[in-house]
Amino acid sequence: MAETNFEPKIVAFLCNWCTYTGADLAGTSRLQYPPNVRIIRVMCSGSVDPTYVLKPLLDGADGVLIGGCHPGDCHYQSGNYKARRRIIALKEIVKNAGLDEERVWLRWISASEGGRFAETVTKMTKTLKEKGPNPMRRQWAV
Amino acid sequence: MRTTIPVENNDTLAAVRGFLKQLLEAEVVDALLVPMETPAGTVTPALVSDPALLDGADPLAPVMGLNAARAAGRISVREPRGKIGAVLRPCELRALVELVKLQQASLDDMVTIGVDCLGTYDVPVHTELDVDMTAYLATAQSGELAPQEGQEFRDGCQMCEKPHVEGADIALELLGADLVAGIPVTLPDDLAAQLELKPAEGDGQRAEVIEKVVEARTQVRDERFTEIREQLDEEGIESVMAACVRCHNCMTVCPICYCKTCLFKSPVFDHEPVQYMNWAQRKGAYRLPSDTMLFHLTRLNHMALSCIGCGMCTSACPAELPVGQVFRAIGQQVQDVFEYMPGRDVEEPLPLVTFQEDEWMEVGEE
Repeated sequence: MAETNFEPKIVAFLCNWCTYTGADLAGTSRLQYPPNVRIIRVMCSGSVDPTYVLKPLLDGADGVLIGGCHPGDCHYQSGNYKARRRIIALKEIVKNAGLDEERVWLRWISASEGGRFAETVTKMTKTLKEKGPNPMRRQWAV
Repeated sequence: MRTTIPVENNDTLAAVRGFLKQLLEAEVVDALLVPMETPAGTVTPALVSDPALLDGADPLAPVMGLNAARAAGRISVREPRGKIGAVLRPCELRALVELVKLQQASLDDMVTIGVDCLGTYDVPVHTELDVDMTAYLATAQSGELAPQEGQEFRDGCQMCEKPHVEGADIALELLGADLVAGIPVTLPDDLAAQLELKPAEGDGQRAEVIEKVVEARTQVRDERFTEIREQLDEEGIESVMAACVRCHNCMTVCPICYCKTCLFKSPVFDHEPVQYMNWAQRKGAYRLPSDTMLFHLTRLNHMALSCIGCGMCTSACPAELPVGQVFRAIGQQVQDVFEYMPGRDVEEPLPLVTFQEDEWMEVGEE
């Protein structure tokens, strides 16, 4: 399935307070991670509308990463708890609609976890390479 | 209290009308939201304050052109409002419960009057059909709910496993009853006293008949679910819904889809002409109108948890897509994850507006 030289594209929605700062720390710490991720900073994982995740998936992005604060650490108290339920529902719907829910990752990464951010992107890139390109990339009739 | 409304001259409808008139005349409610006959031979919900006009009410008509829960929400959502009696089918009652949770309706000054549903036809079918009401109402007693020879009930009704009233203030309990003899009604004691109704024992067949109906309908439902799930699994939603013309009828008739400014009616998906050219060149072709599957998947995310299975979406689809089957089948799967049953209890919070701190602890941690 995997194409030669296939480089997956990952769209990442990262919470301003934790994961985005964690990504920043990965950078300032000069940690190496694959350049396959396109980061979009959002104020909270709880502000990630399911449509934001679905749109790139249907348009052919190979993966979508949602990064938020660990449970209990949300800057807005409960945004990540709500995100958790919302993403669980989203993945259940995506799976049962016949799409690949494993292309959607939700990860808790704190501002101090630059290493965990780099590891997550590395692992996600590897997994998506094994999966191969999102079939939606070639599918015009969506 | 359970009582029986007597039926005279075999005219069940007249007895129902008489009971509704009593509610208005005794000032139990200021007005009734009730299906009214139209000159087209169909019915439409209307808010009726004049008891005399209830001669045109027909809550038994085997037709469903829209889910009246939205109308019930419209007339109840804010104060000041009158005291409303809402005559609703079970699927409309369930939708109303969800709309209350979505803050689009209120039960505060409302008396809900649920009527067991014996199955409904789509409007065009009903309009053409010479309905044999005697035969139709007779199916209530046996529980062998079936359309007239050579006809079909709406797709939603065929797989409706909840045609019996649950949780209404007043329930017209058609199922299991000999409707030529009388209509069993369950209502609060104080209301019964106000209407001077005396308790009357039913014949006790209701529970058995409901069980029989639920079993038969659940079987049909599960067959349809299996079929559509296999199709979704093998072909994907982009194939199952490929004939969609993005008319938004499913959204318009959906009682749960209440947003006044739907994302998909907004300019969010209007782009510069050159952008479409870019996409067409990238993928080789680009479907227009764009974002058809995004529309369905977004709608699934917005309302699958609250889908009460009225099937109006299927009825309204010009491409005759199995919209209701897709939404109910996926809806059930995601409802199961949250152990949520839409329309069950108005006190039960919507899964996506509540949370527990110590749930799904493994999610996000790998």
